[in-house]
Amino acid sequence: MQLILNEEEQMVRESAQSFLADNAGPSLLREIRDSNNSLGYSEKLWQQMIELGWPSLLIPEQFDGLGFSHVAMGQIMEQAGCHLANSPMFATAVLGVSILSKEGNEQQKSQWLPKIAMGNLTLALALDETARPDPLNIATSVTKSTDGFILNGNKSMVIDGQIADQLIVVARSSGKPGDRQGISLFVVPRKTAGVEITSTLIMDSRITANISFSGVALREDQLIGTIDQGMDPLTSALNVANIHLSAELLGIANECLHRTVGYLKDRKQFGVNIGSFQALQHRAASLWSDIELCKSTVMAALRSLDESAADASLIASIAKVKACKVAQLATNESIQMHGGIGMTDEFDIGFFIKRARIAQMLFGDHRYHLNRYAELSGY
Amino acid sequence: MSDLTTFREDTRQWLEEHCPASMRTYMPESEKCWGGRDYKFSSDDQKLWLMRMADRGWTAPTFPKEYGGGGLSKDEAKVLKEELSAITARAPLASMGTEMIGPAILEFGTEALKQQHLPAIIRGEIRWCQGYSEPNAGSDLAGLQANAEDMGDHFIVNGQKVWTSYADKSDWMFCLVKTDNSVKHGGISLVLFDMKSPGVTARPIKLISGRSPFCETFLDNVRVDKDQVVGEINNGWTIAKYLLTHEREMLGRIGNVPAEKTLSERATASIGLKDGRLADSALRLELAEWEIDFQSHQLTIERVRDETAAASVGNSSAMLKLYGTQLNQRRRELLIASEGFDAMTWKEDSEARLWLRSKGNTIEGGTSEVQLNIISRRILGLG
Repeated sequence: MQLILNEEEQMVRESAQSFLADNAGPSLLREIRDSNNSLGYSEKLWQQMIELGWPSLLIPEQFDGLGFSHVAMGQIMEQAGCHLANSPMFATAVLGVSILSKEGNEQQKSQWLPKIAMGNLTLALALDETARPDPLNIATSVTKSTDGFILNGNKSMVIDGQIADQLIVVARSSGKPGDRQGISLFVVPRKTAGVEITSTLIMDSRITANISFSGVALREDQLIGTIDQGMDPLTSALNVANIHLSAELLGIANECLHRTVGYLKDRKQFGVNIGSFQALQHRAASLWSDIELCKSTVMAALRSLDESAADASLIASIAKVKACKVAQLATNESIQMHGGIGMTDEFDIGFFIKRARIAQMLFGDHRYHLNRYAELSGY
Repeated sequence: MSDLTTFREDTRQWLEEHCPASMRTYMPESEKCWGGRDYKFSSDDQKLWLMRMADRGWTAPTFPKEYGGGGLSKDEAKVLKEELSAITARAPLASMGTEMIGPAILEFGTEALKQQHLPAIIRGEIRWCQGYSEPNAGSDLAGLQANAEDMGDHFIVNGQKVWTSYADKSDWMFCLVKTDNSVKHGGISLVLFDMKSPGVTARPIKLISGRSPFCETFLDNVRVDKDQVVGEINNGWTIAKYLLTHEREMLGRIGNVPAEKTLSERATASIGLKDGRLADSALRLELAEWEIDFQSHQLTIERVRDETAAASVGNSSAMLKLYGTQLNQRRRELLIASEGFDAMTWKEDSEARLWLRSKGNTIEGGTSEVQLNIISRRILGLG
């Protein structure tokens, strides 16, 4: 396995780096937050991303996409972490596309994927029902009706649920909460009778949705994949999501280190730069080392999505554990080493810790994935 | 088919035919092959495996063929390593020669030194030790005092080295000496001499583990010919730093040896499962975290090599050393915790001895604190 970027991936990385440095960052996030923007992201930035072809990156060429690698998309996610860039890209072009291209039938793929590639369609995954993520804990139910299904239940923390054109809903078609068997996936247009969407502001200044489904009538062709067999494709999609979130967390950690080292070289106390103190040098050096390890796991995880047909669960959990722990350390250390100014809203460093904790908790934090790793390893 | 694919297939086939079955099993520490003049092979297969690999130069895969090396490219060497580990082949040779002084002679030595030493290193005929630390030069290595007096065509060396790994079992030493006392870093030279030279005495040091892998080495009027200086006289610190980078990289791989059982397998055997989970729930998560960190470190070694065109990974070696040695200590702590009093008996092969020995990992080859200094200064630019 090559743990370095190829030319195409390097190009994507550099383009994402310079584009997001110029067009995103804490100042944009601050503007979004302070203007009570109801989207939780900049529509202008999203349109620019569409022009750059980012939503089409993971879509196969036969569906008008670029057919690039996960490694390439991961570079954008990492840069999105560095520059705190929010957009519908993750929920639509990473998570949504993964589910559709893996599990959608030909008709569904040709209906949705070209539109996503063009930037004309957004998706959201309606999964979580509890405050701490657990994909097995699904109570939302679908029952058979004469010409399709009836959907009932409540979802929370739906990323982009407030804006998505189509919702991919994870529901239970048989069994009880906790069972692997009996999960099914449906695509539901946001404007459907019985669907009620409420926006919620979360601490990273992004907006998610709580969604209730009351007697929503679904047709047979809204089912994605096979009835009762949704857990495997969902697991694959969550592996993809967790690996890309790990890339974002790596970007956050790296940016925090970079900003903190800059501050250590700049800030003077006792007549010298505080970076001349060994107590701080060693903490920064230790953090740098941890980030180096995180880089390798993210790279290997992205690469294994591209290379291997085998289940990526193990490497996804490895990457997420490492990224969560490193991002937690980096965000905490960066505030401590900035001292009092790091606690102020006026200073940018605080934005990173807020985003990091959300990205950590999404689809399972390091504790969840440690446990999952041990389970998958047979202990 | 690419050249590399062909190379992989040829290598696989050759290994299949030439690696003895007994050399494809877990290797206990006591069966590590060190080579050297007085080395007693633990089995015929061990000797055969060393000879076969040495004949192809694969004990030093990237060394030039003209000195007996494998002449492989970096990519080919990676393939060889992958194929060796695919059949869990034992390392044919554990050597300070191929890992440390060999690369330095190749990089800085005269043609005559290369001809004299490299083939014997690659064939495992000469075992080397490293004369670096002194009683008053530990973390401040450049403060060393072993004195080399210029006698025209040779030096006379007087001084004391300490923490010399296996000095009592080695044939030759590469040694840092002071050739100019008026300056610190600029007055150091790297010299080579036979441990059988008159005036060399090695005395093993008993450690907390009860074992003696290290020695104090006394140098009393030891004659060293000037043609045994590696690189320029008084330019030894440059080479010392180069070698320290190699040593860090080597120590960074310290936990990376094939084991009979993985950590979690040993813990499971000792503690047992309850409802499919390790019966100690706190230890279970510590184990999982260690395994994840271990794999992250392995991937990092691989990534850093992929990123580096040169033979040495440079300053990243400080990070690999820092992390690798901590991981090995954590592994040993977890084994003691998993196996409880069974691991704490005092027998020849007790786990307790390995656990105690591992405490030195974060000290030898530059303490963890020295590694953090290197990262702060050379990578982060703090200081």
